[in-house]
Amino acid sequence: MTEAVLSPTRMALVGNPNTGKTALFNALTGSRQKVANYAGVTVERKEGTLTAPSGRTINVLDLPGTYSLRARSPDEAVTRDAVLGRLAGETPPDVIVCVADATNLRLVLRLALELKQVGRPFVLALNMYDIAQRQGLRIDVEGLSKAIGAPIVATVATRKRGVDDLVAQAEALALSTPPGENTWREPDAEEIRAAHAQSQRIMKAFVRPPERPDTVTAKVDALLLHPVAGLVILSTIMFVIFQAVFSWATPLADGIDAGFALLGELVGQVVTHDLLRSLLVDGLIAGVGSVLVFLPQIIIVFFFILLLEDSGYMARAAFLLDRLMGVAGLHGRAFIPLLSSHACAIPGIMSARVIDQKHDRLTTILIAPLMTCSARLPVYTLIISALIPSRTVAGFVNLQGLVMFGLYATGLVSGLIVAFVIRRVFWRSASEPFMMEMPTYKAPEARNVLLNLWQRVAIFMSRAGRIIMPLMVLVWALATFPYPPEGATGPAIDYSLAGMMGHAIEPLLRPIGFNWEMSIALIPGMAAREVAVATLGTIYSVGDVDGAGGAVLQQIVASQWSLASGLAFLAWYVFAPQCVATLGVVKRETNGWLWPGVMFVYMFALAYGAAFVVYRTAVALGWG
Amino acid sequence: MTHTQSDPSARFLSEGAPGARGVIVRVHPHDDARGALTVEELERRLLELGFVEGAQVEVLHEGLFGRDPMAVKLDDMRVALRRREARAVEVKYDEAGA
Repeated sequence: MTEAVLSPTRMALVGNPNTGKTALFNALTGSRQKVANYAGVTVERKEGTLTAPSGRTINVLDLPGTYSLRARSPDEAVTRDAVLGRLAGETPPDVIVCVADATNLRLVLRLALELKQVGRPFVLALNMYDIAQRQGLRIDVEGLSKAIGAPIVATVATRKRGVDDLVAQAEALALSTPPGENTWREPDAEEIRAAHAQSQRIMKAFVRPPERPDTVTAKVDALLLHPVAGLVILSTIMFVIFQAVFSWATPLADGIDAGFALLGELVGQVVTHDLLRSLLVDGLIAGVGSVLVFLPQIIIVFFFILLLEDSGYMARAAFLLDRLMGVAGLHGRAFIPLLSSHACAIPGIMSARVIDQKHDRLTTILIAPLMTCSARLPVYTLIISALIPSRTVAGFVNLQGLVMFGLYATGLVSGLIVAFVIRRVFWRSASEPFMMEMPTYKAPEARNVLLNLWQRVAIFMSRAGRIIMPLMVLVWALATFPYPPEGATGPAIDYSLAGMMGHAIEPLLRPIGFNWEMSIALIPGMAAREVAVATLGTIYSVGDVDGAGGAVLQQIVASQWSLASGLAFLAWYVFAPQCVATLGVVKRETNGWLWPGVMFVYMFALAYGAAFVVYRTAVALGWG
Repeated sequence: MTHTQSDPSARFLSEGAPGARGVIVRVHPHDDARGALTVEELERRLLELGFVEGAQVEVLHEGLFGRDPMAVKLDDMRVALRRREARAVEVKYDEAGA
């Protein structure tokens, strides 16, 4: 009997976006959270557990925010199906907590009326109750509770106020009330109107409007949404994020790099078996290190994204950019994935989930790898410093810097052009509407930001790790087997499968000015773009390219490559899908091989075309 | 405009400039507002976000390019939408704000 009484209770959180639902989830479950995907869809499933004062375990599911049970996006479909208890692989919740922003009740009351039809017991949490009190908003909680037919608890999630009461009420309700009959069906327009009228009547009867309504948001918006000043501020914010990603991350990234080098050395000393040592040191440790080196940048990007989201600015940024992005057929929110992609396309592609509409999201994913990720930088730096003279042009511009800027701009502009072509040629269907709530500004809570940051980083590590590890081993195997014959003089990689592949594709790459060394470097470069530099170092036997070997490699490139070949190599690297991890993540995010396939083909076609044009033009100009 | 308002004194929300306020008198998408959605679906989405007959609206901000999108105060909340979708909302503007 005791066992039956203490079986875990399943609680689900439902609510409009921007009601502090996630903050309440964090207050309820603390760090006892697990993030995964729902079966078969790329919708994040956040579940946590808490122990009620009664000793009972309560499993809490944080469902995606919605204005209606009538689902319009995959996220909202999950919320609907979970509430209705028909989500594949999920047990229906025993009790639903409907989270409301106490200062903005009208829409959530309509959602509560829909929940009432579902027949499952629910509690209404009046969150941000402190703000409502400060504004002098009066809510007749008892009357409101009778009108919607559910208990009401006032909460302040950020201060954990009312959380214990909420747990107690929800637990009591789950135990006392069996689910009733479900009479919910998708409402038509007239039924939505009727529900609005009903929630309006409830509002009139039990909620007295605030005596001191919030005026801060209006004042801040007057500046931040100003047509000109708003764009200037947004550019400044983006510039600061960009700076932070590249300057703050450098010492950390160097530390990680050195850490993995040291780890490789230590393992190299302990493991005596040659092949095993090579697999561990050159394959796994070096490979995983080459990806983890981007972790500081990714953490910084996620940190800023969370700040922008929690403060309420993200919706403003999307507002300001919607028209500009719209020219390329992109949604205003696409700027987040595209900004992240300048650090690494993988978190960029993962954050494309903020875009609800399928075609808008796919377009963003397809162009994300064209943004100049930091793995391209070592390649760009090598070629530019070896082949582009460091001199001043037009009075004050350094030519090397100009070329680097040109590469960034080429990536961004071609991404926008590709998006334009996709939307105008392939998906000519008119675009989905851009309609969203712009939440009241709030100071981000440190605890929430850190908890969510940790979660996103953990997701990145587990998802990317699961894709990257096996690929690293594969690329290592290609570059290692078979061994060179006895007495061979050339570099070992020349005799390996990667070497053979490089030689095999060399005739194809000759028209774009690539020599066999460049062709071979492309194969291990599939693991991560910057690995191509290390491979060139191996082929030219210069030793460690991070140390003294770097300068030697630069001299070799300067003396053995023509300017035309170097420029063609740069053009190739702007476009080529030289990163299997990205393709793996795209497969995961789109649930199939179709879109990574499309991405692979279009990017290779662009890379080949661009390198061809650049090489031929450069040769014609006498730079061959 | 390919359609007209039901009430001669009402105008489309899309015609509002910042500062204009009024009351929504009809939410009624036509083909020129719907984009990729059916008119029925756009109507429901507008309603769900709070664009409903009787609600107070005030145009707050507009974008730099083509004055698009627009941000409006809708009762107690702020909502951003493009002018195309705003053509589905008919507003009776106050004399002063119009």
